[in-house]
Amino acid sequence: MQLHYQSQAVAKPYFIAAIALFVGQILFGLILGLQYVIGDFLFPAIPFNVARMVHTNLLIVWLLFGFMGAAYYLVPEETETELHSPLLAHVLFWIFLIAGALTVVGYLAVPYATLAEMTGNDILQTMGREFLEQPLPTKLGIVVVALAFLYNIGMTILKGRKTAISMILLMGLVGLAVLFLFAFYNPSNLVKDKYFWWWVVHLWVEGVWELILGAILGFVLLKITGVDREVIEKWLYVIITLTLVSGIIGTGHHYYWIGTPGYWQWWGSIFSALEPIPFFAMTVFCFNMVNRRRRQHPNKAATLWALGTGVMAFLGAGVWGFLHTLAPINYYTHGSQITAAHGHMAFYGAYAMVVMTIISYAMPILRGREANPERAQVLEMWSFWLMTVSMVFITLFLTAAGILQVWLQRVIPNPQAFMQVQDQLALFYWMRWLSGIVFFIGLVVYIYSFFTKDKLQTVEVGTVQPAAT
Amino acid sequence: MSAFFTKSMARNVFYGGTLFSVLLFLALTFHTNQRISRRIPTETPSPEVARGKHLWETRNCVGCHTILGEGAYFAPELGNVYKRRGPAFIKVWIQAQPTKVPGRRQMPQFHFTDQQLDDLVAFLKWTSEIDTENWPPNIEG
Ligand code: HEM
Ligand code: HEM
Ligand SMILES: [Fe+2]
Repeated sequence: MQLHYQSQAVAKPYFIAAIALFVGQILFGLILGLQYVIGDFLFPAIPFNVARMVHTNLLIVWLLFGFMGAAYYLVPEETETELHSPLLAHVLFWIFLIAGALTVVGYLAVPYATLAEMTGNDILQTMGREFLEQPLPTKLGIVVVALAFLYNIGMTILKGRKTAISMILLMGLVGLAVLFLFAFYNPSNLVKDKYFWWWVVHLWVEGVWELILGAILGFVLLKITGVDREVIEKWLYVIITLTLVSGIIGTGHHYYWIGTPGYWQWWGSIFSALEPIPFFAMTVFCFNMVNRRRRQHPNKAATLWALGTGVMAFLGAGVWGFLHTLAPINYYTHGSQITAAHGHMAFYGAYAMVVMTIISYAMPILRGREANPERAQVLEMWSFWLMTVSMVFITLFLTAAGILQVWLQRVIPNPQAFMQVQDQLALFYWMRWLSGIVFFIGLVVYIYSFFTKDKLQTVEVGTVQPAAT
Repeated sequence: MSAFFTKSMARNVFYGGTLFSVLLFLALTFHTNQRISRRIPTETPSPEVARGKHLWETRNCVGCHTILGEGAYFAPELGNVYKRRGPAFIKVWIQAQPTKVPGRRQMPQFHFTDQQLDDLVAFLKWTSEIDTENWPPNIEG
């Protein structure tokens, strides 16, 4: 099978880099998980905070690689024109990869304070805030790469067909870049610092990233189900309307206890309680489109990833988000293992999975076939279940730990100290770590599936088979 | 979705709904930022507090601790540590790290000067006096 547009090929290195960085993320997750129970593990070589920065920053960077790869793949096909500049896409790839690698090396090789000094943090103090730990040059690098990337994608869309899918993707990507600019605003007033920090973090994952999520899912569903574009794009508009109408004011669920006025307990609770609705709509959307499919696409693994994203995003973001989003509940759960449980399932279920969905769909085509050989697909589906089920267990164990933590430390009449409580949760942390090992095995199987050759049967290339109805 | 709800209607609802939400959020943001000054101990943080916050950031304390419930969940909440432990304890604690108790979670040694310790404590004191709507539920954070 040929690519429709040659320039789509630039997506390939982006997807490969995404998977490689994903492996790094999980290895550091396993280090963190062990440090939770063996407190001095790897200390002082890799203190917990350093491993955590690597874990979360690699997560964000591999997802960004995935989003960019997705854009390079789907925009030419949607706009029916070659990418404005494949060369620029290649150059940006290396800039982003090298900047990311240098940043991680910096975290690991020198004390953070020294890194801050070396990289000019005193010129503009932006470092040392969760998820935004990157040195100033890295942050500037991200802005430059994002601008050049948007220029490339924007020019392509400008000269081509403007579909709702590509416009929604573009809006999401522009929003991502614009909101990142708040990473440069760090007043010495902690309350204002926190207020606008959430404009990056919350308005990303519960705002503009959901547009990207919807667009990628919509594209893959369009391709594998053959359902009418009008139907898919109408669904998409409804989903992203619900997203932004609930999610923008929903930012208020982070403004309950950080020094902002008490009225946010109302605004935040009411609007964020609506946030599960778009996620639920996404689940229904995925199943609906697959049920109404007009063709039987040979890539079963991609279909599984798409449906899985629909379900797991709703569970992680919708259900686990709702669990602690109402102010009277959040008063007790704020900043506990409940938060960590939700953070994991939401990031995995929505964003990690949608990137694996587009990789699953596009990578075979980028490698010259419509779908992978049967054996490779079976392995890929095994990896889907291993990773997804172990993530469910990670979430359940952290939730159990969180409930106990909140009870012992915050609810009972004679509350216990933080560290004393942590000691009593060790069993759950061990179980989380074991689930993490299974997750890692799933990831290894996932990578292995890319190298699995067919035994004998080959998949008919480029043919459309009728749906089995 | 039925036939009289078309794609272009859906798109218009999207633009309208988003615009409305953004404007409402901006209005609330404007009002909140007027109010914050009444809810913090000093209108503008003193130079000590600002330096303390800078130390907090450049040592990546938030990579292990929470502050007002945000950060990592590996080590205790520090938004109210000033009230829980007091200034003298905080300084002695920081200087005594790491505990090197086998198997126990470890905090690095940061080699702070006396001046830096004072700045950090000033920042933590300032933070502990923010009106947080009575969060955390109790002194254990
Ligand atoms: C895919 C979408 C989502 C992702 C990736 C996500 C991820 C996260 C992460 C990583 C945190 C922790 C932030 C920190 O470090 O302080 C967090 C906090 C939170 N999330 Fe989500 N989230 C998503 C959707 C939602 C939704 C839809 C809701 C509500 C229904 C929600 C409710 C919350 C709440 C209330 C907190 C604060 C917890 C606390 O007080 O400690 N999230 N989320
Ligand atoms: C082997 C599996 C994993 C293990 C053992 C693990 C472990 C951890 C640990 C211990 C933390 C720090 C919690 C704290 O601050 O105290 C953490 C943070 C985090 N991890 Fe993982 N992780 C794993 C996989 C993942 C995956 C697959 C994702 C997403 C796709 C992810 C996303 C995150 C996020 C978003 C945070 C920050 C959470 C927050 O601020 O609430 N992790 N992880
Ligand atoms: Fe949020």
